[in-house]
Amino acid sequence: MEILFAIIIGVLYAAGIYMILRRSLVKLIIGIILLGNGANLLIFLLGRITEGAPPIIPEESKVFLEAYADPVPQALILTAIVISFGLQSFAIILVKRAHKVVKTDDLDEMNATDEDS
Amino acid sequence: MLTAILLGFLFAFFLVFAGRFFKGKLAVVSALIPLSLFIYFASFIPRIASGEVVSKTYEWVPSFGVNLGFSLDGLSLLFSLMITGIGFLVYVYTSSYLKNHQYLDRFYAYLSVFMGAMLGLVLSDNIISMFVFWELTSISSFFLIGFNNTSEASRKSALTALGITGFGGFSLLAGALLLGSMTGTYSITEMMTMKEALAGHEFYILAVIFIFGAAFTKSAQFPFHFWLPGAMKAPTPVSTYLHSATMVKAGVYLLMRFTPVLGDTNFWNTTLIVVGGITMLYSAVHTLFRTDLKGVLAYSTISALGILVFLIGLGSQGAFLAAAVFIIVHALYKATLFLVTGIIDLQAGTRNVTVLAGLRKVMMPVAAAGFLAAISSAGIPPSVGFLGKELTYEASTHSTGMVILIVAAIVLTKILLLYAGFVAGIKPFTGRLPEKFTEAKMPDPLMWVPPLLLAILGIVFGIFPALIESYLVKPVVTALGKDASDIHLALWHGFNTVLVLSIITIVVGILLYFILKPSEKLENRIGKLEPVSPESILKKLTYFFGAFSKFWTNVFQNGYLRNYVTTIILFLVILVGYIFIGNSRLVIDHTKLSQITAYELAVTIILIAGVFYTVFTRSRIGAVAAMGVVGLAICLLFVFYSAPDLAMTQFSIDTLTVILFVLVLYRLPKYLVLSDYKMRIRDGILSLTFGGLISLIALQVLAEPVNSDVGDFYAKNAYIMAHGKNVVNVILVDFRGTDTLIEISVLAIAAIGVYGLLKLRVKSSDRPN
Repeated sequence: MEILFAIIIGVLYAAGIYMILRRSLVKLIIGIILLGNGANLLIFLLGRITEGAPPIIPEESKVFLEAYADPVPQALILTAIVISFGLQSFAIILVKRAHKVVKTDDLDEMNATDEDS
Repeated sequence: MLTAILLGFLFAFFLVFAGRFFKGKLAVVSALIPLSLFIYFASFIPRIASGEVVSKTYEWVPSFGVNLGFSLDGLSLLFSLMITGIGFLVYVYTSSYLKNHQYLDRFYAYLSVFMGAMLGLVLSDNIISMFVFWELTSISSFFLIGFNNTSEASRKSALTALGITGFGGFSLLAGALLLGSMTGTYSITEMMTMKEALAGHEFYILAVIFIFGAAFTKSAQFPFHFWLPGAMKAPTPVSTYLHSATMVKAGVYLLMRFTPVLGDTNFWNTTLIVVGGITMLYSAVHTLFRTDLKGVLAYSTISALGILVFLIGLGSQGAFLAAAVFIIVHALYKATLFLVTGIIDLQAGTRNVTVLAGLRKVMMPVAAAGFLAAISSAGIPPSVGFLGKELTYEASTHSTGMVILIVAAIVLTKILLLYAGFVAGIKPFTGRLPEKFTEAKMPDPLMWVPPLLLAILGIVFGIFPALIESYLVKPVVTALGKDASDIHLALWHGFNTVLVLSIITIVVGILLYFILKPSEKLENRIGKLEPVSPESILKKLTYFFGAFSKFWTNVFQNGYLRNYVTTIILFLVILVGYIFIGNSRLVIDHTKLSQITAYELAVTIILIAGVFYTVFTRSRIGAVAAMGVVGLAICLLFVFYSAPDLAMTQFSIDTLTVILFVLVLYRLPKYLVLSDYKMRIRDGILSLTFGGLISLIALQVLAEPVNSDVGDFYAKNAYIMAHGKNVVNVILVDFRGTDTLIEISVLAIAAIGVYGLLKLRVKSSDRPN
């Protein structure tokens, strides 16, 4: 399964970068989201994947008695997902506003710092 | 001694608050600062003359070996006295010259900072602190040259001067650091003891080049000389003080200071003789073609600096003696001539030497000062200039090798300098007074006394050379590492070669003065050579540099996000790919991998299909929906592989994102394919390579052993210490609680931003049409 995981990650990265290289702002955001998903899965895979053993201590015990998945990558990814949501929502709203002001979705028409140039 | 150096800075700081009191009649009071410093340094004369070296060290950055080490020997003393003595006269003169000027207080502040920096420079024994003061002189000189900041020419020449001398400053720093690493000390006194080791060191040449770079730029040696004539845009007191008597001699000082450390080698001497020789001749010839009094003086100053560098290059006891005397001579007569020029400029309203004449009738004392300075500059007895010239000739006739060439060069230079001195000091005062100058008035005594005093000193020292002999000149020669006990200064040396040369100089020079009149025609003639002058070449270089950086910026900072991303990714792929191919041994241990079940395969296929649909669909809503599918597939992967918390989070966030997208995006324009086919192929190849590389790296990392100490710690202590059974939760809210709090704040800020953007009303006037 690890090999499949690696392929999925590669596909997500490739698609993310490809979308970031497009001229449309919406595609840019989609690219960032795909790239973020790829990064999350990469962290998940590199923390080693374990099947059917969530890091939750059994009801009757105080410590783990058998093998469990590493909780640290999971904590990291959880944080990353939430933060990327903050980024995505801000970016989506920003695109909306930018579109309202400059009437375009094309990045090439937004490449100057001043509005009038 | 520290107080003495800091006094200038403190006074400048004081002027920030009390400046308005020093603008009116009180301005002249500020001259007490240099006067008291002059008296302070003069009090050291007997001790220094007896061979003592006064030194004092204050710790500054002891861990780097940077101390404020000051040492006062003959050389420093001579310069300190010049700085404070001429400084005093310039302060007095300025109070009248810039009378009621709006920014007189600023002027005094800059001048005081400059004086402090200059004193620090000549007294420093530590090269690093010397560098700091060196830069301070450049900076204060920048403000002084650009003092008339409403004039564009003035600002430009201030920038040029700062550019050139700033470059020299870098060179000095480089030299200082190199010397520091070669010798293990930053103290110049300590370096003197390692002279032999230094001369044989592999970096010797490089260190010397750095020191030369600093000295030649500061002392306006060819081809860095052109900033000095430009700096004449400054008010005349500045030209007097900085650009003839003190700052430009800092380079000469540096060379003299390092003579006992780096001198006496073939490279050192030859370079100095050649550069000094070219400079003195080149700029002496230039004086013939100038009609602006200050222009004449500027070029004759450069020429004099060339003579000094040349003398240091000769390197004999006689040459050092001549240099020491000539520094005094030059400071006295050149400062006088500048001050006189300032008076003429102010009273007659012009500095054009072709129209100035007959001014003695209105300002006799000024004429007297000009005349005395001119004969000192010409080296006519009984002035001290005669003494200086005799010693210079003496040193050059005793030089080793190429005597004829050296003597010819120096005699020619001296003849031309005589001409320059006469043009500046005598020409404006002789002849008939033209009609238009009858209005000119006698200046304030505050203005004519300083130049007259300096000029008279030039004669007094000439008649009684004993006055400077043991107190000023001998200690300098000692400081340069030569025995000074047999030196005896006198006007009359008997009838010898040197006297013959002197007579030739004076006769030819005076003839030249009477035959050749400065005129516009001559000035225009030299103007034709402008395109090949070092100044124009440097300007072209600067222009080329600017154009190149503009081009470079346009290539890389082109404003297209995708070009930036392409560059970064391409670089990353090449770099990582290169390392990877070189070092990777991709071995996958199949026994360690987990099995692939049918539903996992199905999820993977759905995921990849979703990604492809997202990328290639023409419908925006389709893309967003497919992206949602991808997110949910990832969610399932989290479920399979023991991450229920992640699955829940991913599920809710993914749903929210899709909803947000759909809500916001239905208003956007058509979802177009904006780039052409070729571009998409190119980007596709780049992204696939990058993705493939990431996959390979992931597999490579999997082959390495894993360390789970951190995870184990949390798992072990989750219940015992934090009383929670879901370890991921416990990590987030307990062990790393502060991080989570900050994360929540970030989200809150994003939420505020979203809210602000939604509420923002764009005024119709702000919208482009």
